[in-house]
Amino acid sequence: MNIVTLAKMEVGETGVVDALQGHGNIQHRLVDMGVVKGSHITVVKKAPLGDPVEVKVKGCSLALRMNEAAMINVAVEGGKQ
Amino acid sequence: MEQAGKIKIALAGNPNCGKTTIFNNITGAKQHVGNYPGVTVEKKEGHCKFDGKDLLFVDLPGTYSLTARSLDEVVARNVIINEKPDIIVNVLDASNLERNLYLAAQLVELDRPMIVALNMMDIAERMGVKIDLKKLGEQLGAVVVPLVGSKNIGTKELLDVIVNTKMAESIINAKVDYGAEVEPSIRTLTDAIEKTGIIKYPLRWLAVKLLENDEDVVAKVKAMEGTQKIVTLASSLRDGLKNQIDLDFYFAQCRHQFAVKAFNNSVVAVGTSDTLSDKIDRVLTNRILGIPIFLALMWIMFTAVIDLGAYPQGWLDTLFGIVGDYLGNVIVDEQLKSLVVDGVIGGVGSVLSFVPLIILLYLFISLLEDSGYMARAAFLIDRAMRSLGLHGKSFIPMILGFGCNVPGIMAARTLDNEKDRMVTILACPFMSCGARLPVYTLLIAAFFGASGYGGTVLFGMYILGIIVAVGVAVVMRHSVFKGEQEPFVMELPPYHIPTIKGVLMHMWERTILYIKKAGTIILGASIIVWFLTAYPMDVEYSQDFNAARDQVSEQADAQTAAILQSYGFSNIEDNAELNDMFQSMVAAADEEKDAEDSEDQDVQSVQQAEEMEAKPEYPDAFSDLQEKNPTIYAQALPLFDIKTRADDETGALDDKEKAEKLSQSYAARLGRFVEPAIAPLGFDWKIGVGLVACTAAKEVMVSTLATIYSVEADDAHEANLVTFLAEDPSFNPAIALSLMVFCLLYMPCVASLAVIKRETNSWKWMFFSAGLGVVLAYVFAFVVYQLALMAGLGA
Repeated sequence: MNIVTLAKMEVGETGVVDALQGHGNIQHRLVDMGVVKGSHITVVKKAPLGDPVEVKVKGCSLALRMNEAAMINVAVEGGKQ
Repeated sequence: MEQAGKIKIALAGNPNCGKTTIFNNITGAKQHVGNYPGVTVEKKEGHCKFDGKDLLFVDLPGTYSLTARSLDEVVARNVIINEKPDIIVNVLDASNLERNLYLAAQLVELDRPMIVALNMMDIAERMGVKIDLKKLGEQLGAVVVPLVGSKNIGTKELLDVIVNTKMAESIINAKVDYGAEVEPSIRTLTDAIEKTGIIKYPLRWLAVKLLENDEDVVAKVKAMEGTQKIVTLASSLRDGLKNQIDLDFYFAQCRHQFAVKAFNNSVVAVGTSDTLSDKIDRVLTNRILGIPIFLALMWIMFTAVIDLGAYPQGWLDTLFGIVGDYLGNVIVDEQLKSLVVDGVIGGVGSVLSFVPLIILLYLFISLLEDSGYMARAAFLIDRAMRSLGLHGKSFIPMILGFGCNVPGIMAARTLDNEKDRMVTILACPFMSCGARLPVYTLLIAAFFGASGYGGTVLFGMYILGIIVAVGVAVVMRHSVFKGEQEPFVMELPPYHIPTIKGVLMHMWERTILYIKKAGTIILGASIIVWFLTAYPMDVEYSQDFNAARDQVSEQADAQTAAILQSYGFSNIEDNAELNDMFQSMVAAADEEKDAEDSEDQDVQSVQQAEEMEAKPEYPDAFSDLQEKNPTIYAQALPLFDIKTRADDETGALDDKEKAEKLSQSYAARLGRFVEPAIAPLGFDWKIGVGLVACTAAKEVMVSTLATIYSVEADDAHEANLVTFLAEDPSFNPAIALSLMVFCLLYMPCVASLAVIKRETNSWKWMFFSAGLGVVLAYVFAFVVYQLALMAGLGA
């Protein structure tokens, strides 16, 4: 399976969260919002200025900056479109 | 715990789950908003009588989790642990159930009977989500009640379940399974805690929190006596587990698994995502259209506030004028009359007339917030904000700052990163709040109304505020508050049509804060300013004004008598026809003047005011009188002229006397004391008084000027403040610009400073904020004044 960071995923791609890099407030916040190992995650769109990125996880839309997206390892399953 | 017929209920749930709507549905207007002791988290409580029982609802802060990492979360869980509510009502968004269940997994550990209010069932249905309510209840160990909060459906059913205490007693919370590796440790720890018997917290929850090394809980347990053993035991158990599992995420992972299991076992059909919301989002956050739409919305908001707000504002102005006139006639005592009419009505009235504008501003902000757009706005402009060293979320406190800096500063709480928060708090007061608006509109009406640049000037003030705020933020973020930026992890909630009730309550809560301010700080400031301008009473005048006035009236009487004598009688009443004509003339003149005054209320520009002044000498009604009886009219006219001239002279004397009195008042002394310092900005002593007074609140500038000028004004020459300022020879557009800039950047008002002190928990930063304001205001006002002089606005 192809594991990349969320920041590298294209709009429309979907996958399963594999791991979070590092241990800190950011990671805990992500976990609280449902970005946890095993969650399905889809890249919905990017903001007009290219950053942040909107993802769908556990049925809810989250906005993340690329910095944070780069801390999330995702096993890519495929694109939607 | 439970008193007869009294039930305490805690409402818990994620942000955006509709918790507040349900709270409003249940408690209506019977709410009390305060603060939790020692912290700035808002505490909302509400009462409700149902089925003969008294229900007390506590609306907990909306949170995603219950960790020690955020103040809101600590407050929410402490309410449950310390106050031990009889029931927890966990509001879950049915259209977003899986994520919502993560909080439920933490609530069940707190050992209180739980009722699940499954909200937004209509949206879930639209999405095709089907939930087996009974199974969901079994999974959580809770009673489930379906609801549609926005349509007030299911409220009664929820209350039915709450008052059914038997049902509550039968509820046994589900347990989160922490797996074979950790469960033995939890058991060891619970046993140890139970043996010491000192700690009143839910046992299993406490054990889990100690193993998780939850900062807040560990600190609290350490602070209790005789708990040393437990703390040591917990840390040795942690050491044992460290090698097998990642303690940092393990517990959260287990709770997520609990949530997933509960979700999978109770949801029959998963449905699709909310297509309507997605469609709206595709337009509003569109790559190309997103930012233009955002800017257009902001523009519409400010234009609507100013344009629509002007009408009710005019009505209120008129109303306060009428009340002032009425009280002026009713109150006999001169000093009391002056205090009430000039001080209180003049001051508080002119500030309260801005309430419609504030209401409108809050209406728009509430609509943006409640509809879910505010989060999108942060999403859209985060990149731009970040290049300035700010966070996308800083945008919300800043925008709120446009309404009032106080909620803006308080909204900075949503930023978890201390540095981002401090920078936002210090930058926020430079956002041009609603209280500055009266100052701008007053000065713009007086000096820029006719030029057609009024809107531009106003817009410029807001832009300058933003530029200074951003500048302060950038400098602070790169100097004093250097460091890592806050993560930007934010939910983009589905769009909702805001409920009318919700928006109105939101709006009302904030407006009432403004009105309270008018009722307290501004009332106090108005009275002080009135006192300073009205006293001392015994001033030395350059001439004896009473004697001068007597002389004028004696002279007029003599002239009248001479004319009457030439007509052949000693008293005007001897000739009924002449007397009638004279009285009609006086009445017509009075009427004309009244009409002019009320038109003055709407004067938008100096030019209009001047046009009005340049009207023919005699009222229009005089031509009718002349037609009716030309002979008598010719006889009465000289008498009328004498009376008019005498009145004018007396009026001029009154003016002079009042001006002399005012120039010797305490206010003038104070103003003159600061005058040398502010003279380079173009300010005279009157503005000096305003600047001293408006440290209480910016809008006090208006009420102060109103008080000073109304003292200067007199009955014969009544007009509104706009005209007075426009006609004051010592005032000009350059000064107006300088004053607007100064008011914009000047130190935050007392209320803002108090909030800054509270939010930063430091006197240092409060004084820093005040000092920064004064310095920046001075520098910018100086530059603007000099530039304006160069541009020829000094005349």
